[in-house]
Amino acid sequence: MKSVHKIRLIVSAVLLAGLLSACGSNNNNTSPSSQAVNAESEPDPIELLNVSYDPTRELYEEYNKSFAEYWKKETGGTVTIKQSHGGSGKQSRAVIDGLEADVVTLALAYDIDAIAGKGLLKEDWQQSFEFNSTPYTSTIVFLVRKGNPKGVKDWDDLVKDGIEVITPNPKTSGGARWNYLAAWGYAEQKFNKDEAQVKDFIKKLFQNVPVLDSGARDATNTFVQREIGDVLLAWENEAYLALKEFGDKYEIVTPSLSILAEPPVAIVDKVVDKKGTRAAAEAYLKYLYTEEGQEIAAKNFYRPRLQSVADKYKDKFPQLNLITIKDHFGGWQEAQKKHFADGACLTKFTRRVPDKGPARGV
Amino acid sequence: MKLLRLKDRVLPGLPLTLGFTVLYLSLIVLIPLMALAIRSAGLSASEWWLTVTNARVLAAYKLSLLTSLFAAIVNLVFGLLLAWVLVRYRFPGKRIVDGLIDLPFALPTAVAGIALTTIYAPNGWVGSLLEPLGIKAAYSPLGITIALIFIGIPFVVRTVQPVLQDMESDMEEAAVLLGSYRWRIFRKIILPELIPPLLTGFALAFARGIGEYGSVVFISGNMPMKTEITPLLIITKLEQYEYNQAAAIAVGLLLISFLLLLLINVLQRWSNRRQSPIRKGG
Amino acid sequence: MAGIVTNTRARPSADRKPHLTETRAVRWALTGIALLFLALIVMLPLVSVIAESFRKGWDAYVTALTDPDALSALRLTMITALIAVPLNTVFGVAAAWAITKFRFRGKNLLITLIDLPFAVSPVISGLIYVLLFGAQGFLGPWLQQNDIHIIFATPGIVLATMFVTFPFVARELIPIMEAQGVHDEEAAVSLGARGWRVFRKVTLPNIKWGLLYGMILCNARAMGEFGAVSVVSGHIRGETNTLPLHIEILYNEYQFSAAFAVASLLMLLAVVTLVAKSILESRMSRDVEN
Repeated sequence: MKSVHKIRLIVSAVLLAGLLSACGSNNNNTSPSSQAVNAESEPDPIELLNVSYDPTRELYEEYNKSFAEYWKKETGGTVTIKQSHGGSGKQSRAVIDGLEADVVTLALAYDIDAIAGKGLLKEDWQQSFEFNSTPYTSTIVFLVRKGNPKGVKDWDDLVKDGIEVITPNPKTSGGARWNYLAAWGYAEQKFNKDEAQVKDFIKKLFQNVPVLDSGARDATNTFVQREIGDVLLAWENEAYLALKEFGDKYEIVTPSLSILAEPPVAIVDKVVDKKGTRAAAEAYLKYLYTEEGQEIAAKNFYRPRLQSVADKYKDKFPQLNLITIKDHFGGWQEAQKKHFADGACLTKFTRRVPDKGPARGV
Repeated sequence: MKLLRLKDRVLPGLPLTLGFTVLYLSLIVLIPLMALAIRSAGLSASEWWLTVTNARVLAAYKLSLLTSLFAAIVNLVFGLLLAWVLVRYRFPGKRIVDGLIDLPFALPTAVAGIALTTIYAPNGWVGSLLEPLGIKAAYSPLGITIALIFIGIPFVVRTVQPVLQDMESDMEEAAVLLGSYRWRIFRKIILPELIPPLLTGFALAFARGIGEYGSVVFISGNMPMKTEITPLLIITKLEQYEYNQAAAIAVGLLLISFLLLLLINVLQRWSNRRQSPIRKGG
Repeated sequence: MAGIVTNTRARPSADRKPHLTETRAVRWALTGIALLFLALIVMLPLVSVIAESFRKGWDAYVTALTDPDALSALRLTMITALIAVPLNTVFGVAAAWAITKFRFRGKNLLITLIDLPFAVSPVISGLIYVLLFGAQGFLGPWLQQNDIHIIFATPGIVLATMFVTFPFVARELIPIMEAQGVHDEEAAVSLGARGWRVFRKVTLPNIKWGLLYGMILCNARAMGEFGAVSVVSGHIRGETNTLPLHIEILYNEYQFSAAFAVASLLMLLAVVTLVAKSILESRMSRDVEN
């Protein structure tokens, strides 16, 4: 009697497991988005892996579809693009650790430099494509709650008492480094490059940060979903996306000065040579520069490089004074050393934030 | 614990089973952990010390230890209460309540994390009630503690429950005959018996809390020096390509965990040895 | 750490003589406080998951669960559990047999080492495999030369899961087999039975419910692991995302109700686990009584 029970139990467990996995695969095969079905009839379907940072999810979802159609038209072949998203630094680390990305599209050149430093791609990768390999740009803007109740107009307002600023952690988030550098650039202009005052400004700014998330998307979630903070320092595209998702609850404030954020793209030489996907990977990134690619970028709130598309979306992106990382900070390696490395400026600003009662507070 | 009186082996299978055990243990657990130790040895002793005594790392250790400690204390009190109620009283729905105790153990930590954050965030069900009182639950050490209380509650209840259940009532009977009050009986007779399982449960909840990641990252707020837990700091270091430092911090955490584990095993042996109820007052 | 998986056998100790229990008021008060605590800490998250997942209605719920990415995450989660649980079960039985039926030196150390994964932070469990198998790790160059993928692929996810769920079955079996001693097996051997047969005919019937119970716990944890898997996954959509990781992604894409819908699936797993557990417990105690 007992053993009958046992057998029945085991059999039903196995059946259940089999059933579940079977229906999983069935559904997958019949689902329209799976390319596996039409791949059977063609030679050599290509699969690319694009390792990207957080706010590009929507952009590449649309872009990948468009590119797959384009590739089919051009070559007759099938290409499937797999996506991986996460904090820029985290993604770069994964590629270094062996995540086989054909292309990387990260938040800042420094993270791709880190990959190049391990020999996965050539040191001068930024020369491979136009505009320093950044097919689209963005900038840093403020997202505030509807009606701008705290009257935030410019960077000065962020250091006032009683303002809560949400930004991700510049140590881990690419977007947050742009935030930080934009604020620094503004303070330099304001205080005429008096470094002590600039540092004081940045320090005050970070004292107003109640939550330091690890990625740009986490920070947006904190601001919009948890309703914490008065201002979100965000990628322009991230801010517009929040507007699109959550509509009338927020508005965008464009500061008088910001930074030209250049998220670069690159082919990971070692991976594409091994997998034999260089041609497709190159076409994939080049397509970003075409009219179609630029249009998709603009639609997803990235500032296009191509003049014709830029003109078309002129009203969407307000003109403002933009500083660049190269002219203002001497490039990423310099900026990293001065601002973000352990023991550099940033560490001092986020340290000893006035404690309102740490663990004892519970 | 029964001592095995087996001198010469009668039963078969020792070489096979022990061999397999050690091999599997080595492959899955020991060799990978060794890799961690070796990587951490990439730093010299003084560098290692500098890394783990860095202000931010110390703050993370402190936060992890304090919140885990506090959560374990809360769980100690309420775990005992729950076990007591479940063993000694009758009330409707008791079976369901008993089953619920294990939920935090079976529920994936990520699910627990987003659920707790949703509830305790300033616009959540409970968070919105606390907000007017000036209490910030999510994104503060309090939020971390709540998550750790959630994670740790089954440990205390499930270690105390069997002991409480198996407790004979002779001593209690005798005490009643001698005219003792309930509270006094509890303190003098029942509690001393429960101390070993309570301590074990406490240590288990504590150890689990120190390393917990999934349920905490969502609710913690991740401010360096304030609400950044140690496991998150390890991930942060990894993301900055600081492998050696990540390994060093991990080794520090591992040492703490290992010490706790040792303590638990000692406690368990102690509680197993304590057969007679008439020994050692609380 | 046997405490976690100790069985609580129901005994009628709730009916106590009046002089051995508290007054009615105290009993009610204590029960009330205990239940309130449980409601706040444990029930509320459960309810919130359900409420949030149906916020956008039944259709959105179904769409979230039948999304191709969700299904592939489900499949990966099942594959992982189907590999990790049986392997850990074989290990658990072997370890419990060696530890409880024989005496040897270093037994206590062995038990402590088996417990180790309980105390190791999940993040560290993932990290160690990155250090070992990552491109910059000890075996990385060799693996790359031979084109073997471990981390950022299914094997790494399975390994990390195996590490995290390593002690469950062994820890459940050791106390049971210890309590049973070696008499039955010795008798069987003296009657001429051989190794495997002794295990199957004598030991297994005694431990079957405990074994199944250990496997169920192991399975629940294997399917729900987040921290360790997150470190080794690589987060490739539709390929290396398990269900818990898929939840995180949805959550990060503003698809809150979809995230909670998938979460409710995992929660269902937890509830099924608990029900199975309580059934097994009553069977175990019945076996003991017989």
